[in-house]
Amino acid sequence: MTDSKYFTTNKKGEIFELKAELNNEKKEKRKEAVKKVIAAMTVGKDVRYTFSDVSCTQDCEDPNPLIRALAVRTMGCIRVDKITEYLCEPLRKCLKDEDPYVRKTAAVCVAKLHDINAQMVEDQGFLDSLRDLIADSNPMVVANAVAALSEISESHPNSNLLDLNPQNINKLLTALNECTEWGQTFILDCLSNYNPKDEREAQSICERVTPRLSHANSAVVLSAVKVLMKFLELLPKDSDYYNTLLKKLSPPLVTLLSGEPEVQYVALRNINLIVQKRPEILKQEIKVFFVKYNDPIYVKLEKLDIMIRLASQANIAQVLAELKEYATEVDVDFVRKAVRAIGRCAIKVEQSAERCVSTLLDLIQTKVNYVVQEAIVVIRDIFRKYPNKYESIIATLCENLDSLDEPDARAAMIWIVGEYAERIDNADELLESFLEGFHDESTQVQLTLLTAIVKLFLKKPSETQELVQQVLSLATQDSDNPDLRDRGYIYWRLLSTDPVTAKEVVLSEKPLISEETDLIEPTLLDELICHIGSLASVYHKPPSAFVEGSHGIHRKHLPVQHSSIDTGESPVSGGPAAAMDQPHVIPSQGDLLGDLLNLDLGPPVNVPQVSSMQMGAVDLLGGGLDSLLGGDLGGGVGGSPAVGQNFIPSSVPNTFAPSPTPAPPATSSGLNDLFELSTGMAITTGGYAVPKAVWLPAVKAKGLEISGTFSRRQGHMYMDMTFTNKALQHMTDFAIQFNKNSFGVIPTSPLPVHTPLMPNQSIEISLPLNTIGPVMKMDPLNNLQVAVKNSIDVFYFSVLIPLNVFFVEDGKMERQVFLATWKDIPNENELQYQIKDCHLNADTVSGKLQNNNIYTIAKRNVEGQDMLYQSLKLTNGIWILAELRIQPGNPNYTLSLKCRAPEVSQYVYQMYDSVLKN
Amino acid sequence: MIGGLFIYNHKGEVLISRVYRDDIGRNAVDAFRVNVIHARQQVRSPVTNIARTSFFHVKRSNIWLAAVTKQNVNAAMVFEFLYKMCDVMTAYFGKISEENIKNNFVLIYELLDEILDFGYPQNSETGALKTFITQQGIKGQTKEEQSQITSQVTGQIGWRREGIKYRRNELFLDVLESVNLLMSPQGQVLSAHVSGRVVMKSYLSGMPECKFGMNDKIVIDKQGKGGASDDAGKSDLGGGSGKQSIAIDDCTFHQCVRLSKFDSERSISFIPPDGEYELMRYRTTKDIILPFRVIPLVREVGRTKLEVKVVIKSNFKPSLLAQKIEVRIPTPLNTSGVQVICMKGKAKYKASENAIVWKIKRMAGMKESQISAEIELLPTNDKKKWARPPISMNFEVPFAPSGLKVRYLKVFESKLNYSDHDVIKWVRYIGRSGIYETRC
Repeated sequence: MTDSKYFTTNKKGEIFELKAELNNEKKEKRKEAVKKVIAAMTVGKDVRYTFSDVSCTQDCEDPNPLIRALAVRTMGCIRVDKITEYLCEPLRKCLKDEDPYVRKTAAVCVAKLHDINAQMVEDQGFLDSLRDLIADSNPMVVANAVAALSEISESHPNSNLLDLNPQNINKLLTALNECTEWGQTFILDCLSNYNPKDEREAQSICERVTPRLSHANSAVVLSAVKVLMKFLELLPKDSDYYNTLLKKLSPPLVTLLSGEPEVQYVALRNINLIVQKRPEILKQEIKVFFVKYNDPIYVKLEKLDIMIRLASQANIAQVLAELKEYATEVDVDFVRKAVRAIGRCAIKVEQSAERCVSTLLDLIQTKVNYVVQEAIVVIRDIFRKYPNKYESIIATLCENLDSLDEPDARAAMIWIVGEYAERIDNADELLESFLEGFHDESTQVQLTLLTAIVKLFLKKPSETQELVQQVLSLATQDSDNPDLRDRGYIYWRLLSTDPVTAKEVVLSEKPLISEETDLIEPTLLDELICHIGSLASVYHKPPSAFVEGSHGIHRKHLPVQHSSIDTGESPVSGGPAAAMDQPHVIPSQGDLLGDLLNLDLGPPVNVPQVSSMQMGAVDLLGGGLDSLLGGDLGGGVGGSPAVGQNFIPSSVPNTFAPSPTPAPPATSSGLNDLFELSTGMAITTGGYAVPKAVWLPAVKAKGLEISGTFSRRQGHMYMDMTFTNKALQHMTDFAIQFNKNSFGVIPTSPLPVHTPLMPNQSIEISLPLNTIGPVMKMDPLNNLQVAVKNSIDVFYFSVLIPLNVFFVEDGKMERQVFLATWKDIPNENELQYQIKDCHLNADTVSGKLQNNNIYTIAKRNVEGQDMLYQSLKLTNGIWILAELRIQPGNPNYTLSLKCRAPEVSQYVYQMYDSVLKN
Repeated sequence: MIGGLFIYNHKGEVLISRVYRDDIGRNAVDAFRVNVIHARQQVRSPVTNIARTSFFHVKRSNIWLAAVTKQNVNAAMVFEFLYKMCDVMTAYFGKISEENIKNNFVLIYELLDEILDFGYPQNSETGALKTFITQQGIKGQTKEEQSQITSQVTGQIGWRREGIKYRRNELFLDVLESVNLLMSPQGQVLSAHVSGRVVMKSYLSGMPECKFGMNDKIVIDKQGKGGASDDAGKSDLGGGSGKQSIAIDDCTFHQCVRLSKFDSERSISFIPPDGEYELMRYRTTKDIILPFRVIPLVREVGRTKLEVKVVIKSNFKPSLLAQKIEVRIPTPLNTSGVQVICMKGKAKYKASENAIVWKIKRMAGMKESQISAEIELLPTNDKKKWARPPISMNFEVPFAPSGLKVRYLKVFESKLNYSDHDVIKWVRYIGRSGIYETRC
């Protein structure tokens, strides 16, 4: 007999018939009718009216436990508020039933009831009954109670509804060994919400959870991984157990990849997170992420992502060979991602860049349209990472100009042409060809084209004047797009006001792009680690992003090692690692604004020789700008502030933002100060800077007084100076030069003093520095000889650079590397110093030092003394390792420094001393 | 937790719809059909979020199974549950097909009520379920029988019922391995691994306690300290080297295995389910016996001719026979004609697959065989060189390429009067090729 016939009935008056049949006296007929009702419900028919006839006569008192359980299960399914009150008594009985099957069903029923009437469940004390069941002798009852309580607590104001204490945890761990695979998953998920009180407790839980990594059910494995990943935070990083645990995590994760594709997908999404959080776990396993030809596309794409994250110098050859293979596959998305991956490898592993570029060129030769376009986009990024290195391939790129039809690829190509305009003979023709359909292009292409043509003009002013005029008028007059208009006006004004500055601004050296892209923001990453195995880890979004209502109101955090961080602080450790991932911090908007304003508000600019460029610019003013600017800009500039404000861009366009401020504000006008105020908020606090000292007294320099200091802000070094004119005549034509020095320090830009320095006037100058100049060892090591020239004379002086400006942001050594290096450096290189009279606790010390890029890698407490292990790196790549011993009650700290170049140690010690005492 | 479960046929018509939670509306059924089953594009993810509702799906032949939720559920668990549900359905009525589902829909609803309560997965072991979910009803059980059922379903040993009796206690153990290889033309192993499974069919009375032992390096090394290992004198079953122990990279076990015991003592002890199940899965990468070696020789004769010679050597004991051997030699896309000569078996050029397929039914160990082919090419002006895909192989051998050996499988049943000696045990080793490729 088959049941499929129930799906086929489709008569009128069906409901009526069903009702009649349900009340038929023959049992067989009634049974048939119930089946028909279910079939009708399945296909979506409204059979509500028959429900009163399907009577539920089962009793919670039935001697058969299966019937009792069925009754309590069905009760919970009658989701009508009014009826629920009648359920309380039977449910209470069932929760204490002698049969475990009834109890485990009753436990779930509490969750059902809570969903209908939460208040009643609480008033009736059912939550307490559930909590009692955690101690039940039957593992499945425990598991269901845990599942129910966990879900209720997600929407409950008291998040510790389960009352997780060491006794209960112990009960859960015992049940863990005995219950079903699903029960194990519930218990592990619940355990992951527990915060062990110390590392010993964390370790003992981990020891009892690790056997679960061998379970055949991937949910059990992933939930165990979650518990371990969370509790790892609490274990001391130098302990043997910590490292053993890390090693144990890798094989089960690899094994998950031999499961069914859907589970592989879940596993890969999670591995993606784990690799970002703890790359050491899987760094040896890159091969298992190589794509198989019959993997489903979603598995392929995820594997590719992880491959790039694991790519390193050691395995790059293999990875590249694979990627090249993938780029010839059929799935367009996959191929594109593979091409993009090659570019990301080039950016990540410098040694491979050349090979990657030639691979990309090979791919471009295939002439497959989407491959070519994707390749061009990534080549642009390679140029941004390694400027002036691969421009020989530009010719090949230009051959493919006509085939580019996607905005991304067009924009990339235009950017390349603009950036390297001076080396492309027909750059003007190429850009002009894009200009024809300007208004049909996407905004992205329009903006890039505008910038590219301005760059071209600044590089080859004589031939491209017409072109730039054309694009400026297209952007400002014929376009409605505010970004485009604003950018157009900015360029126009820049060009017309001061072509030299314009050149400095537009053609300035751009910061290199960072290595890692697509990283998940660290606080989110930490939150997602707490959700391993769940949907949140699949979506890479916090639950609040896709869950409605009150579920998941409690945000999860990684546990925090109690000893090292004050309890008052936020439990999520964003950590220094987070900050280091973006070494090139974009200058704040305020800076840029101030700067642009400066062009408007400052006194007339004195450019010594009138260049052809400026002539061109003056010509431009004959055009539409005159009316806008009030007509007198061509001569003297100095437009009134009111006019100037009209031109403050409403938003600073994207491509503009990454360029560093080439010339910080040099005026002391009142308006500029206003902007300084707003700027201050955006600037992150930098390291310690020595107060300004007089470097060049006025008596020795014919009235010019220079006081200054050095500082390091946002990854860049600055020489901050105040020039004061104490003479009776004005001073102009300032310039600065450094002698060769130990660290190769040279100014990045000329001295940004464009205006005459009037008698009794002082200006603040912040001169950006870099360390790519010639190197000569000085004595003392940090000595710098400076020459400053002005219209009166040349003056020489020497200053000592405080060493902390050379401490780079990525000076945090990995723990293992630190240990190995410490052992590796001979003992005779170790120098010891005393830091006297310091009354700080270890955490404050770490914090202060970290602001100066001295990173605490580990902290140990040995016999009551705090031992801080720290590392820092100098701009020239020298690593300095430190051990700082702090005894409670003793204001004298002992500092041991180890370095392969011990001569710097003394200066490092001086920095420690000054940083800690300020 | 899981809010609802739907089963659709290939057209997207609903066959089963079971909603556990109020937050899943009726429109959810349609949302999945419209957005996934009827989507024009190929499925890009097994998890789909439509209007803040998440759908997890798996496909079995042309049947779609979808679990729905609005919460942040354990995603791995949902998929594992869907797989489990397929297993249960298969165990009850065979292949998962539209017809079978329609014929058994009452049973399916009954099962869904039992294995998923308010969306929480419950005991889903077929052995236990079959004791009380039948289409006959559960009348006429004695009180003992009833409490036996409930304690089994909720108990520690949910996968086995009590009171099983066989006249002949028998068990079958299959060690099934697939060996994967990527080799360079010069014979250098680029990557090789074995993924293996131990599949057991047990027909044992009562509640037997089993202990399984294999030549796991860690165990053998441990025992080696105490005394002579017990398999030192035995001849090896496989055809490879006479090594005593193997290093297992990782293994996972059926839930019947006591994991904490494995973790602490590395002993595999369990009470087996009745009938067939997978006891363990494992992976090895060290000291793999590669049953075949492929030696390719490709020579380009001018622009229109290619000479290919491939030698295969079997690398195991001469007394053993490999079966179902197939060598697949890729040919360029512009191939116009192929002439093949082979010493053994049959070889054919298959234009549609761009390959020469060489099949040999049987081949003993320590033998070699050769094929040579002349491939005529059409002249093309395609500058791109032929990428030379690797030569792949398929085969089946009667030993475990990982070197894994079953040392013992002891059965203890204290209550019934049969001992380990009375159990008839069968062990079989099958090694198959996974992705077994040699670059040329």
